[in-house]
Amino acid sequence: MSNTNIFPPFVARRSFIELSARERAQSLMDSGSWRELVGPFERIESPWLPEQGIAPQSDDGCVVLKGKIAAKPAVVVALEGGFQAGSMGEVSGAKMTATLDLAARDCQNGTTTAAVLLLETGGVRLQEANLGLAAIAEVMASLLALREHAPIITVIAGTVGCFGGMSLVAGLSSYIVMTPEARLGLNGPEVIEQESGVEEFDSSDRPLIWAINGGEQRVGMGVADELVVDDAERIAAAIQRYVKAGFPVVHRSQQVELYRNRIAALDTSKQFDPFSLRESWNNKKKEGVAR
Amino acid sequence: MEQLKFDYPSASRHVTKKAHVGVVGSGDMEILMEPSPTGTAHVSILTSVNGFSSSWKAVLDRFFAKYEGAVRIHINDAGATPGSVMLRLEQAVEVIEQ
Amino acid sequence: MSAQVGLRGRAWFQALTGQNSPMGGDPASVLTADVRLGEDMALYLCVVPNPNARYPCVRRGEVGLEEAYTLARRVRDAVEQDESGRKRPIVAIVDVKSQAYGRREETAAVFLAAAAAADAYASARMKGHPVITLVVGQAISGGFLTHGYQANRILAFDDSGVVIHAMHKEAAARITLRSVADLERLGHEIAPMSYDIRDYAKLGLLHKLLHVENPDSPSPATVALVQWELIAAIADARAGSTDLRNRLDSEGAREMRKAGSAARARMEAEWVTS
Repeated sequence: MSNTNIFPPFVARRSFIELSARERAQSLMDSGSWRELVGPFERIESPWLPEQGIAPQSDDGCVVLKGKIAAKPAVVVALEGGFQAGSMGEVSGAKMTATLDLAARDCQNGTTTAAVLLLETGGVRLQEANLGLAAIAEVMASLLALREHAPIITVIAGTVGCFGGMSLVAGLSSYIVMTPEARLGLNGPEVIEQESGVEEFDSSDRPLIWAINGGEQRVGMGVADELVVDDAERIAAAIQRYVKAGFPVVHRSQQVELYRNRIAALDTSKQFDPFSLRESWNNKKKEGVAR
Repeated sequence: MEQLKFDYPSASRHVTKKAHVGVVGSGDMEILMEPSPTGTAHVSILTSVNGFSSSWKAVLDRFFAKYEGAVRIHINDAGATPGSVMLRLEQAVEVIEQ
Repeated sequence: MSAQVGLRGRAWFQALTGQNSPMGGDPASVLTADVRLGEDMALYLCVVPNPNARYPCVRRGEVGLEEAYTLARRVRDAVEQDESGRKRPIVAIVDVKSQAYGRREETAAVFLAAAAAADAYASARMKGHPVITLVVGQAISGGFLTHGYQANRILAFDDSGVVIHAMHKEAAARITLRSVADLERLGHEIAPMSYDIRDYAKLGLLHKLLHVENPDSPSPATVALVQWELIAAIADARAGSTDLRNRLDSEGAREMRKAGSAARARMEAEWVTS
């Protein structure tokens, strides 16, 4: 008897979420086609963390692989959610920006190079504050320059999700792929509760968090592109499809009139019902379908 | 924050591979293991938990009692237990000795 | 510290443009005006507090859904109008408390609104519009990423009421379990964490730190000085590239962002296989 007869596909799958950033990045690239750049043995670490008694990581929580996806040149930049919640510091930011810049240069020289960003991140690393924030602004600028030539595919898988300034990076991407476990938002529920009170957002209400920020909701309302089960093979297949598709004619972040009108039509006298946004913004039925 | 260094001159068998294991999460650590440039083993540790120099030495002594590869090891540590340290060292060796 | 975030923004918008109200159809929290600046007609934009905003969580000057999409629309309109002509300067006057911390905002995907505004500013810059940011008060976190941080050149007042940071002090203290006093002390030792604009200036991200008297209510002479500086920054931007390289090539960056530079240099060196 084969495994597929005994174990349901969901159990037999290889969880993407359980993989480290490095393993996730490797799982997306064509086998044997990639190499890691500015890797751990080069020890380009944060100069700011040890001063504050925090252990640095050899790759500053950012993994860069260069190679091929679906036989096309591509780079993957993966943030390690297990290190400082995947937060952006001086070095991790520089690695991400430099990768996008060099990919753009390759595009201009005739080699179209797509970028895949694995965003498992809470945003700015507070221990590097202004250098982290500046790094995010620079990532955004470099992404926009690359976006004119090649698709930028953001993957948010969980468990950290994509929050803070890095959610703007996701918003600028050509495509966003999420798992049901993933969350995407500018402010996490704890921050909203802290700043605006528990009435505004009870951060202990987990169903509420996923109802608003979860993958099924974001895809359902059309601000993310595809919901994929937490399965490394299926996620890789989705990424291959987007790399082959190329960048869209219009990016979501350019659709200002559309979204301005949608915002204007909302009744702000009470909280918005997330489900109703799936209908009004995306004409989808209420259940997001995970591929 | 502490920087610790240990040397094991009897660990002198030539190795060729590198290994990197672990993530520097809270209560965890990463190990970078590669061929030593000097021909004998050296260990450097950067740890955010002070005062455990003798624990580190004990684990490393145990490790190098069984392993004689001439490796340079660097550890970034955010509070891993001695048990996990040994586990990670063994994981790294598995890669090196493949 | 300025008495209330957003008052300086309005004061400077009024001083530089002679105007004080939003363009037709725009929410009261976004002031925009096309006004002569030197040889050019410049588009000025400013986000200000609107106590009567439809969204409760933006009433103290936070950048929210309406603000972000309005900024995006106004910048894109200017870019479209200048498609085949001289690219007008775009001046972002910044005094924003933060991004909006609200459930409505998260539900309606404020991250995308913020991205849309940043996209508009960056696209303008990439098309050759000199985008200049003038930080007159606070420029915090997502608010600054949305409105101001995509500029070619950033100017800021050398004043204790000017704060550029990733998180305002009280919230940062709560999250890192430190006192505000401790955070301030830490900022003196670790420049990127400092709340002092003079320490921010060391990072090499600012084009210029401007010494102005009485920034809460500037004299005509002070306003003229700032206009002169804006004109100089515009000329400098027109003479430079449309990317953000100047932030990496500055003296401050060479001093304070060495690890980042090393990472970039290694990335470039390893990019091409020999």
